[in-house]
Amino acid sequence: MSLDQPNPSFTGGAVGKSVPKVDSLEKVQGRAEYIADLYRPGMLHGAILASPYPHARILGYDLTEALAAPGVVAIITGDDVGEGRMGAFIKDEHAIAKGKVLYVGEPVAAVAARTETEARAACRLIRVDYEELPAILSPEEGLEEGAAILHEKLADYIKVFDAGSEGNLCSRTELSEGNVDGAWAGCDVIVEGEYTTQPQAHVSMEPCGALAEVDANGRVTLWSANQSVFRVQANVCESLSLPMSKLRSLTPRVGAGFGNKMEPHIQPITVALAMKAQRPVKLILTREEDFEMVRARHPFKVRMKTGAKKDGTLVARHCEVLVDCGAFADDSPGVMGYALLMCGGPYRFPHMKAEGRLVYTNKLRFGAFRGFGNPQVLFAGEQQIDQIAERIGMDPFAIRRKNMVREGDRWFVGPEIASNGLAGCLDAVEQAAKLPRADGSARNFGLAVTAHISGLLGTGAIVKMLEDGTISLNTGATDIGQGSDTVLAQICAEELKLPFDQVAVASPDTDGSPYNWGTTASRVTYTTGRAVKAAAKKVVDQAMEQAAEMLDCDVDELELREGGRIGKVGSNSDVTFAQISGRAHWAVGGPLVGSETLVFDQPTHDPKRAIALGLPFPRIGVFSFAALGVDVDIDEVSGQVSVREAWSAADVGRAINPKLVEVQLHGGFVQGLGYSLFEEMVWDGPRLANPSLMDYKVPTMRDVPDAIHTYIIEDPDPTGPFGAKGAGEIGLNAAPGALANAVAQATGFRHNHLPLTGERVLNGMLAAEKT
Amino acid sequence: MAKKMLHSLTLNGEEVEVASAPEATLLETLREDLRVLSSKRGCNQGVCGACTVIIDGKPVRSCLTLTARCEGHDVRTVEGLSDDRILNALQKHMVEAGGVQCGFCTGGMLMSARNLLAEVPRPSRDAVKSALSGNICRCTGYRTIVDAVCGAAEELAQ
Repeated sequence: MSLDQPNPSFTGGAVGKSVPKVDSLEKVQGRAEYIADLYRPGMLHGAILASPYPHARILGYDLTEALAAPGVVAIITGDDVGEGRMGAFIKDEHAIAKGKVLYVGEPVAAVAARTETEARAACRLIRVDYEELPAILSPEEGLEEGAAILHEKLADYIKVFDAGSEGNLCSRTELSEGNVDGAWAGCDVIVEGEYTTQPQAHVSMEPCGALAEVDANGRVTLWSANQSVFRVQANVCESLSLPMSKLRSLTPRVGAGFGNKMEPHIQPITVALAMKAQRPVKLILTREEDFEMVRARHPFKVRMKTGAKKDGTLVARHCEVLVDCGAFADDSPGVMGYALLMCGGPYRFPHMKAEGRLVYTNKLRFGAFRGFGNPQVLFAGEQQIDQIAERIGMDPFAIRRKNMVREGDRWFVGPEIASNGLAGCLDAVEQAAKLPRADGSARNFGLAVTAHISGLLGTGAIVKMLEDGTISLNTGATDIGQGSDTVLAQICAEELKLPFDQVAVASPDTDGSPYNWGTTASRVTYTTGRAVKAAAKKVVDQAMEQAAEMLDCDVDELELREGGRIGKVGSNSDVTFAQISGRAHWAVGGPLVGSETLVFDQPTHDPKRAIALGLPFPRIGVFSFAALGVDVDIDEVSGQVSVREAWSAADVGRAINPKLVEVQLHGGFVQGLGYSLFEEMVWDGPRLANPSLMDYKVPTMRDVPDAIHTYIIEDPDPTGPFGAKGAGEIGLNAAPGALANAVAQATGFRHNHLPLTGERVLNGMLAAEKT
Repeated sequence: MAKKMLHSLTLNGEEVEVASAPEATLLETLREDLRVLSSKRGCNQGVCGACTVIIDGKPVRSCLTLTARCEGHDVRTVEGLSDDRILNALQKHMVEAGGVQCGFCTGGMLMSARNLLAEVPRPSRDAVKSALSGNICRCTGYRTIVDAVCGAAEELAQ
């Protein structure tokens, strides 16, 4: 085939096209396999006995009755798991409660039996002797003099950063730039307030689960619902004191994560059960257990003060947060540190100070959840920007435009902002939202802006050209449904100028895949995409070398042509990838394999401009930006807020797959809507009172406006693959701030507490009437 | 635990006989005994809709349905409707509109949507939202699912 007759199957560049997700068909046909859908020969079913106490010493176990129960094969308790401890920042967590229980719902023992019913029945026959200890149910209680201590050996735990841990203080972070204390005198307007945010449950539709099997050599194969097969491997091996080479971690399709499946859930317990039973064991949590046992979004207490000049120039912000960690550190030090890094919002503040304390309490661990601390601080910060604008009579768009960070600026404490499409985001929202409602009535409009990073830690890619010139791509990045398999294949295909469908994506496997820290921090498109593009380029380079020999010319005389061909510039003669790869496999040079690994390496902190103590992320990432506008209706009788229309604009650098970006913005906004208006995990004393979908409401189709408008703004990042940056979290961040601003406009009352329930809003309306 | 009893029902067009305990739900029977896995256990409480199947033409929560009550009835899941014109249109539009993310809700969502389009060939967007409001999706924000159902309805009407 000559150049004049292009390969008919080539559909043009893959990047920028909304190709359907590669896993869509199997999902609509009901053929996708999730963890609960896996079965192995001789497989047993696991079940967990949960702690009834928030804080108690375990004095002993009586397993006699349970072991004699029908179908029971093995039982594990804290006695079976050794001294190993896991944790992303602070290694404070055993595989299962050992010595003490630290929250109601914590796994205390686990049973493997022939059926799930038998395993659950046997759990009820396990007797555990406890000595109850005083429970710490709030960060304030935890910091009190003489408070009961959750982790008596905290000082000895391994910590991966300077956490400053002491007593129940898990970690503390302090960041400052400029001179906040001296800046207030120069401000014409100062607003301050105290804010609280509630715990939110992830509610991935798929509850957590795992399946483990031990082979003849004692090596473990572990399938689980996860956001990183490598974090699963590390956590299981650390907590069970196994060499990492003794455990292979795999993933079936994952029924979403949102942060819930990034760090361990029940994988270590499942592995311990399988090792003891010497048979495959599958353990799938019920929805109630998934609520009580895994993790949730942190409740924050935020004290914030912001000062500005009367022309609207922002001068200073001080933010203090007190964060409920729950019983284990998990990702909490990272969440708090990140929240503090982001608490200024995307604005130029010459003077900023951010301080936080993270305190252990006897509740389930709080951890990563889409937004990672950003929504909590922006709920305060974006309201204060509006309050300043109100006080000086400035438009909410104008004050944000006047103060927003620009390309080339430094973010708080130092990272460089290499691309910034925030102005475009604000323009898009303003143009659309200034049009009146269809019925001519006035809008109850609220606006908020946000930035988010994508980056962080290690990633890799292996691109193999198969004998026939088609491609196998292996990255180790778990696609949790958001579409990273598709996006990474698009990046790979684009670099190789191949049709998208000629790239097959391997399922993550710690044996065969290069390291990937995880599908988290809005990072896969950006970091893994970089590795994929670079690895694909290496394959192109190798193919070029081959082609030069085959066409008897120099490499620099060659060009890569669409559809898997390399030819001489200015000539019709070319060779196909199939010819090249066949030669490489069977005759000369060896098979074509390109690999690339990288770790995001741009420093977060510039010591010349800022002070940073207890910063959990020394190298953080590149910045995406977004603006969100909402128009709400408020029921005058119930106070219930409903969203009439929303405008979500995000600068994602380059949309590799615009449809998938759009769905991230829709899905993020709706999860943020639930968080802002009604979702709340409620504790009745030490016990979670609403661990079920009957009692914990998430948005349904009836709660969501039809008119959610999305705008993709593309300000390419110089380091991103084809300019791309992250899109996963930024659609959620601004929801609480924008909705609170809209409610304030509609009712004249400003709310400092999430969620904005009907009751709260109604009380606010009544209070506003009185004044 | 009471003794298992034999039940016969029609599953995806085939007569099947299955031994199940009186308290066994159809969801358990489908998954654990028959390995028909498209129905998912999202809440086991009838709230999330991920376990929705079609019994005698009507969408039903299989987690709230006892297997014993299905004796002699016609049970259909996504797997058993591969030749169904309405389902095929819905599947195509779900893929194209981006209505599939993690996919865990998709089987149940399709069952509810299929029932809607069988009863109301050209539903309004509002009618779609009402009919599918018992199926929770945590990923998409629902917009692309409504788009897909409306797109399928339009195609089927042509």
